[in-house]
Amino acid sequence: MNAPFELVCPAGGLPALKTAVDGGANCVYTGFRDDTNARNFTGLNFDDKSLKEGIAYAHQRSVKVFIALNTYPQDNNWPRWTAAVDKAAAFGVDAIILADPGLMDYAHRTHPQLRLHLSVQGSATNYEAINFYRERFNIQRAVLPRVLSLAQVEHVVKNTPVEIEVFGFGGLCVMVEGRCALSAYATGTSPNCQGACSPGKAVRYEETPTGMETRLNGILIDRFGPGERAGYPTLCKGRFEVDDETYYAIEEPASLNTLELLPELMKIGVAAIKIEGRQRSPAYVGQVTKVWRAAIDACRRDPAHFVPQAAWMAELNKISEGQSATLGAYNRPWK
Amino acid sequence: MKLALGPLLYYWPRQRTMDFYAEMAEQALGVIYLGEAVCSRRHEMRLDDWIEVATVLADAGKEVALSTLPLIESESDLKAVRRLMDAARDDTRLTVEANEMGAVRQLAERGQRFVAGPTLNVFNGRTLKLLADCGATRWVMPPESGRAMLAGIQAEIPTGVETEIFVHGRLPLAYSARCFTARRYRLQKDSCEFRCIEFPDGLTLKTREGAAFLTLNGIQTQSAKVYHLERELPELVAAGVDLIRISPQADAMPALLDAYRKRIAGVAASMPAGDFCNGFWYERPGLELVTP
Repeated sequence: MNAPFELVCPAGGLPALKTAVDGGANCVYTGFRDDTNARNFTGLNFDDKSLKEGIAYAHQRSVKVFIALNTYPQDNNWPRWTAAVDKAAAFGVDAIILADPGLMDYAHRTHPQLRLHLSVQGSATNYEAINFYRERFNIQRAVLPRVLSLAQVEHVVKNTPVEIEVFGFGGLCVMVEGRCALSAYATGTSPNCQGACSPGKAVRYEETPTGMETRLNGILIDRFGPGERAGYPTLCKGRFEVDDETYYAIEEPASLNTLELLPELMKIGVAAIKIEGRQRSPAYVGQVTKVWRAAIDACRRDPAHFVPQAAWMAELNKISEGQSATLGAYNRPWK
Repeated sequence: MKLALGPLLYYWPRQRTMDFYAEMAEQALGVIYLGEAVCSRRHEMRLDDWIEVATVLADAGKEVALSTLPLIESESDLKAVRRLMDAARDDTRLTVEANEMGAVRQLAERGQRFVAGPTLNVFNGRTLKLLADCGATRWVMPPESGRAMLAGIQAEIPTGVETEIFVHGRLPLAYSARCFTARRYRLQKDSCEFRCIEFPDGLTLKTREGAAFLTLNGIQTQSAKVYHLERELPELVAAGVDLIRISPQADAMPALLDAYRKRIAGVAASMPAGDFCNGFWYERPGLELVTP
C-alpha cells in the first residue's frame, strides 16, 4: 500500500490553516473571501496577505494548498472568477478546485501547468463524467458527491485515471452537490451561484409559547420543545409534516464519520480523504486533523488489523456538533 | 416560440402514461421529452416502452427527445443511457437530452447531436460554447437562474443553439441518492414498494405550521408551488427564447397547453388556477410571486 493517500483538511482562515498543517494534513483547502467558493460566509476565508502567508507556512512544511473556486460564474460576473483563477496561479497554489466547465476551460488554456481538481459541486458521480473533464481539461483529481456506496466508488476508481477524493468526515449533504436549489428556492442564496446554503442572514431564532422556533426567510424549519437543542436551520435538516406525520422528512441532523472504512477506502484505491468544515473553528480543524493523521498512519502500517481507537471516536464525536455519526452513503442503511 | 413538453417527472402506472402520451400526440407541441428522468428503479415503462412511444410520436410528426437520468450511479444506469443513445442513433428523428456530463462525453464521442438538459448547470456562455462544441443544439436553463443570467448567455449564444426555459410546473429543485417518498413510509430504497406511484403530482411536504413548502417525488425534491412564467412570456420572446417547457402534471394538461399557446399568440386566455411562484426569474427566492 504505497500509493499516496492524502489527508485534505479545511481552513476557513490562517489560524485553521496553521493548525491543519501542524496537525499532519497533507493538503489544506481554502477559498478567497467572496462568492467564488462554496463557503462564502461572513468572516471566513482568505485575503491576499493571509493567503500568501498561509501558502508559505504550508510549503515550508511540505504541505499542499488548494483553492476552491467551485461556484458557477455568470457572464455578468465572469471576470471576477477568472481573476481568482489567475491569482491562485500567481500565488503558487498546488491545485484549484473547480465546478464550472467554462471556468475549467479558461484555467486549462490560460494556466496549463496549474493542477485542476473537479469539485464535488461538479456533480460527477460516474467515470464517464469524470473522464469527460479529464479529456477536455486534464483534471487530475475528482471529489465525489456524497451519494455513492463503497462498491460504486470502487467502480469509479477502476475506470478512470483521475485520482479520486472522497469525503471522510464532517457535515453531510443528503442531496447531490451542485444539484440542489433548495436554499435558492427558500432564500435566494444558493451553493451553486452565491456559495452558501441556508445563509445566516436569513436565519431567525424565536422563543414562542410552543417552543423555540427556527426560521429561514420566514419559513418554519423546526420547533424545539424544552430540553431539545435548537440546531441551525439548515433547510434539509428540519422537521416537516408529510401525510400527517411530523419528522425529519429529508435528513436527520447527523454528521459523516468514515474512520472505520479507512482500510477499505485505501484498498479500493481512493487517493485522498477530505474533511469537511471550512466554516468550523481552528480547534475543530486541529482535533479532526490529528485524529485522522493518527488513524491513517496506523492503517498504512497495518491495514489488516486496523480498528478505530475508542479515544479517536470519542474525540470525533465530541466535535460533531452533538450530532450522531453516520457512514453516509458508503454503506446504505436506508437502501 | 414553441411549446416543449418536459419529461414526466412523476411515476404513473403504465397505462396512464401511455394514455397521456396518446393525448399529447394530438397536441401542437414543438418538442416532447420522454423517458424516466428521476429514478432508475421505476419500471412501469421499460426502456423499450419509452422508445416505442418515441417512435409513435415521431411517426405522428413530433420532434422527440429522450431524457437521460440526472444521477448515474452504477454500470446498469450507464447501460440504460447508452441504450437511449443507440435508439437516437438508429432513428435520426430522435435526439437525446443529456442530464449529466457522462452522457455528454459519450454523445460527443459518438458524434450525436443532443439537448443540454437543465441539470448540466449551464450558467455562462463559455460553458454553453463548450457544450455546443460537443454537439449540443439546444440548452435548457437551470431552473434556479433568471433573466440576468439568460441575457448574458443570449448575448453570445453559439450559432445553431436554441434556448429553452422551464416556465410551468413544480420546480425540480434537488436530487439525492436517497428516496424521500420511501423514507416517509419507513421503507428502504431497495424495497420501496414503489410508493411514489400513489402520488401522481408528488407528495406535499408542509412546514409545522401547515404551509405547503416542497414536494417529495422519490429521489427528487420539487417546489410545492407551481412555477409560472405566464405574464413574462413577452419578455421571453424579446429575449430570444426558442422553447418554453411545460412540465407534465396529473390534471388539465390540454387546457394548460391551450392557454399557453393562446398567450404566445397574444390572445387572452384563462390559465388553470394554482399556487404560483416566479421568484427565480427575478433573481429572488424561488418561492416568491413577483408582480412584473
